[in-house]
Amino acid sequence: MQITLGPLMFHWPPEQLAAFYEAIAAEPTIDRVYLGEVVCGKRSPLTEHALAAAAERLVDAGKAVVWSGLALPATVRDRKAVAALTQASDLIEINDVSAMLGRDGPFVAGPLLNAYNEGAVKELARRGCVRLCPNVELSLEAISKIAGFHPAMEIEFFAFGRLPLALSGRCYHARSHGLHKDGCQFVCDQDPDGMTLRSLEGEAFLAVNGVQTLSHGVQLVDVPARDLRAAGVTALRLSPHSGDMTAVARAFRAYADNRLSPCELAEDVRKAGAPGPFVNGYLRGEAGGESSRFG
Amino acid sequence: MGSIELVCPAGSPAMLKAAIEAGADSVYCGLRNDTNARNFPGLNFSPQELAEASAWAQARGRKVLVAVNTFARPGESARWRASIDAAASSGAHAVIVADLGLLAYARERWPNLRLHLSVQAAAGSPEAIRFYAETYNVRRVVLPRVLSVQEIAALGRQIETETEAFVFGGLCVMAEGRCALSSYAAKRSPNLCGVCSPPEAVAYTEEDETLVSRLAGYALDRYELGEKAGYPTLCKGRFEARGVLSYLFEDPVSLNAMGLLAGLRAAGVTAVKIEGRQRGKAYVTRVAGAFRQAIDALDAGGDPQAYEHLLTDLAEGGRETAGAYKKTWR
Repeated sequence: MQITLGPLMFHWPPEQLAAFYEAIAAEPTIDRVYLGEVVCGKRSPLTEHALAAAAERLVDAGKAVVWSGLALPATVRDRKAVAALTQASDLIEINDVSAMLGRDGPFVAGPLLNAYNEGAVKELARRGCVRLCPNVELSLEAISKIAGFHPAMEIEFFAFGRLPLALSGRCYHARSHGLHKDGCQFVCDQDPDGMTLRSLEGEAFLAVNGVQTLSHGVQLVDVPARDLRAAGVTALRLSPHSGDMTAVARAFRAYADNRLSPCELAEDVRKAGAPGPFVNGYLRGEAGGESSRFG
Repeated sequence: MGSIELVCPAGSPAMLKAAIEAGADSVYCGLRNDTNARNFPGLNFSPQELAEASAWAQARGRKVLVAVNTFARPGESARWRASIDAAASSGAHAVIVADLGLLAYARERWPNLRLHLSVQAAAGSPEAIRFYAETYNVRRVVLPRVLSVQEIAALGRQIETETEAFVFGGLCVMAEGRCALSSYAAKRSPNLCGVCSPPEAVAYTEEDETLVSRLAGYALDRYELGEKAGYPTLCKGRFEARGVLSYLFEDPVSLNAMGLLAGLRAAGVTAVKIEGRQRGKAYVTRVAGAFRQAIDALDAGGDPQAYEHLLTDLAEGGRETAGAYKKTWR
């Protein structure tokens, strides 16, 4: 089972990106790294050099690099960026159906697409999809049914990170600072793991990242690796946060190799640092914010 | 300039007739199961009722559009395909679909069936729309509610496909067809089950002279006793961000874009859509009637805004918005 690093969803400054991907390049347990701005095209001019340099470092270090596309291209510039991505001959990750138009080559269907069954996956496969990162709402049971219809499809499961739940035309980060998306002053860079939202009773519930809404809870698999394999999962996606992601990757490598139980995995990941409590309800078809006891 | 088609909701055969009698050009409805996103008890049509309604509407020169707009569950596609078949056999004018697999099925099995793209398909750019048009021969797209009127105009210039825009009713602030907020809190969501902020997770608790509305236990809003309490739709709740409590995602208002009808028509929008299949006969009679007058006034060179006040009391919390159609909403 591969260990992959998903595209960074948050707005980190170039120096932080450089240091982060330097550490990732040196981490042997990570097989594949997704790069690219997925949430807000306004960030791209600020980060594209650092990401291009990171790609070189990662490839030199023997990692597979896959460029990910925007999930909700909003401006002419965004649409041009997505169109340019579709022309790449290498594997890319598609996060919005607009990229399907120009694509004539292999792609990974990202978790931000809305493919919920074998019929939709068949259409994606017909157009070149070789790997599916299922939408986080899909239970292991649903995933295993889809895998049953598509035994050749690689399946990369969202195994760690705050869950991407929604996208909007409105920037909630800007709104929370009394600003609009135009004139946002890039305030999203103040929250490297997203800005926690609490209910009116003070209960931490969701998190905001620009135009994206995520869970406050951090998804963490709570079943043995063999259960994931039985469901057709062939890779584990770790979504980057500000904790020690190389330690998280090492823990997942050991877990995937059956050397760590789900409980032990949780312990090691907690030590590495996570921005919220662990949740895993979606795996069982329950509310995504539910969590089992790891004991 | 041609007129704009008025598309109204029909939660039942009686509501369908009321909508058409009140001036709707087209109506949209669903079958009595989970293949559409308003699967409530007592709502919707049997295949027989659908065929009768289609014939009745056609005799009056009006159109019936059938929503088969939810995503099929893995391993259960047969039920969704059967709904496509029922719609195709009923004489309805078009089916409204979101699921890629169902679009492929409809294209192959019923090549002459007119396909409309549901807002759930999240096609908000010319490239996305062209993908669906070229691959499945989709003839019309219902636009996601994330675009401003200027963006709709720009989009319309780049596509051949007809467009349909929501102008009244419940307002989604997140990209439709791509929102999992509801299932994160309460297990069920539009994409998994065709429902948002499901009723079984709703509770109202009285605390210290106030009423707290909850979804799956999360407190979403608070009202004075005697104040009209809203439904705890997740994205309409109050949240604390940076120490400040506010309706961060959206105020609990509903959409009324009647004042933008001229702009939408100038932007090349083919049809305007009223949300609310679950809201009943009286609702659709009033809303269809008001928009009929507004559109007729527009066609005669008058101002539709004169009719906006006719509907204010129907709005959620009595408050309305023009939503994302105005760019300042971002």
